[in-house]
Amino acid sequence: MKKAKKLAGLEKRKAISGYIFIAPFIIGFLVFMVKPFIDSLMMSFQLVELSGEGYTRTFNGFTNYDYVFNVDSQFNRLLTEEMIRMVIYTLAIIVFSFFISIILNQKFHGRGLVRAVFFLPVILSSGVILGLEDNNSYMQVMKDTVEATTQGISVSAAVESILKTMDIGGAVFDKVFEVIDNIYDVAISSGMQIIIFLSGLQTISSSMYEAASIDGCTKWESLWKITFPMISSLFLVNWIYTVVDFCMRSDNQVISRVQFTMISQLRYDYASAMAWIYFLVVVVFVGITSLIISKVVYYND
Amino acid sequence: MTKGKAKVNFWERNRLSNGYLMRKKVMAVGVSIVRFILLFGLCFLILQPILQKISVSFMEEQDLYNPIVINIPEHFTTENYRLCADPQIMDYSNGLKNSLIVSFTIAILQIAMCTLVGYGFARFKFPLKKFWFAMVMLVIVIPPQTISSSLYLHFKYFDILGIFKLITGETVNLRGSALPYYLISAGCMGLKNGLYIYMVRQYFRNIPIDLEEAAYIDGCGTLKTFVRIMLPQAKPIITSCFLFAFVWQWTDGFYSQMFLSQIRLVSTSLSTIVDRIAVYLARISGSGVESATISPARSNQILSTGTLMIVFPLIFIYLVAQRQFVESLSSTGIKM
Repeated sequence: MKKAKKLAGLEKRKAISGYIFIAPFIIGFLVFMVKPFIDSLMMSFQLVELSGEGYTRTFNGFTNYDYVFNVDSQFNRLLTEEMIRMVIYTLAIIVFSFFISIILNQKFHGRGLVRAVFFLPVILSSGVILGLEDNNSYMQVMKDTVEATTQGISVSAAVESILKTMDIGGAVFDKVFEVIDNIYDVAISSGMQIIIFLSGLQTISSSMYEAASIDGCTKWESLWKITFPMISSLFLVNWIYTVVDFCMRSDNQVISRVQFTMISQLRYDYASAMAWIYFLVVVVFVGITSLIISKVVYYND
Repeated sequence: MTKGKAKVNFWERNRLSNGYLMRKKVMAVGVSIVRFILLFGLCFLILQPILQKISVSFMEEQDLYNPIVINIPEHFTTENYRLCADPQIMDYSNGLKNSLIVSFTIAILQIAMCTLVGYGFARFKFPLKKFWFAMVMLVIVIPPQTISSSLYLHFKYFDILGIFKLITGETVNLRGSALPYYLISAGCMGLKNGLYIYMVRQYFRNIPIDLEEAAYIDGCGTLKTFVRIMLPQAKPIITSCFLFAFVWQWTDGFYSQMFLSQIRLVSTSLSTIVDRIAVYLARISGSGVESATISPARSNQILSTGTLMIVFPLIFIYLVAQRQFVESLSSTGIKM
């Protein structure tokens, strides 16, 4: 009896110190996340008027949402474009980083160097630097000139035209070729995903591959029968990471529209409504896709 | 001698295996050649823009229009760097100093807090732990832009429970000061802080618990155990998280624009560099127009130079601490 009570005391003490350790997070979460979060949700249903003294907020129902969907000339288009781009690029990044990480997990000379190069964009192409090349109007002119002069010369364009004349093609192929043309974008945004896959690959014991190869399994088969299931849980991690990363990129058109509305037009209410629409769309998308992926994921333990 | 013997043995063994050995060898060589070409191409793809920026940044303007000059400048100059570093354009020395101070202090603060929280999640059992950890996940997933509109107003008319208004009759405008961002960082809500919490927690969970229990038995308190026993063991993950925090803060545009717009940072001054150059050139040439038009090639050159100047410290850090970035991350064992 006494012993049990003492244990409860220790457990209680540990629970209290646990809460002390995570206190910064709880406070920060409540003050800087929950409050602004609810605030911005409320603001999206309100008319926010700024004045010298402060700001006044009056409830006006769905007017802001109505404005965003029906009056704002760009938001709908940007939202659909960004979502399509997100799906395509996330898929491309996942596939790309999966194969690259398999290659980088093999033993060869200069492996460390190659890994370092693939990881370099995580550091260099982050934040402002990434958005810079798209936002700059001069760069845009430059890009157009380059595209105009090199049209039809690139290999992928040639292959594409061959396929088109053979009547193979369609929307899916167009997207595939778009991704191939933008392989640079894919390569520079998959550094983190490659590392995550690598960390998973390193945990697979080599005895599994040995056993499989003794049983007559080829490399290709063991890739799909061993490697793929063993790191399938990381596909989920990478999927979520990539989608989230995509939302936070500085060249994201929807986000820049939101910031333009907020900072240049000073319409906090419209901006909140836009941000909420985008957030809900992304959350629903992440939720549904993760649910589907998690059904397929194989857990070894 | 031994080499020759091995060679004989190889062909002999090859004959015995009906050419299987030979085929295997050829396959291995073929795979490594294909791999080399593929990786070389991709590495070149990633590095090419940087290399090109370097070569362009050393060219004189006339080289840009010279079709013969592609990569190696004919008229080598460092004038572009001087132009970019000019106080009216990027204010490089000042910006560098500010960026260093801000990134360093923010990263220290964020990592200190995230380590505490991560440790708390890894080692203690307390009610609602699952709920709070789910909240960490939520923080990772929510783009900060969603709440930016209200954060903006929150700090523009900052007040704690109406106290300031009661005393001075006015709310405090914290926008433009760096204080809000430090507060946010102290509350683990800064740039990608959820990710750091997650990584630290994952790392601490892989450390055996025996050492701590021994410390507890010897009468060491919770905080003392954490500082004396656990922190030294967590050095690799803390350094790598610190490096990430530093680097991402360095290039960050979102939070910098929102909270630190008053301070000259290299990241924020880069985004307006081309417009500044145009104004600056118009002024020194003395023409009446508000901004001179500069050719796309020239503006691209200026932009490249500016970008290089910003990433140069990062490249240096990366070269020195490459192992901390890559290896420690892959040893964390990220799981879901």
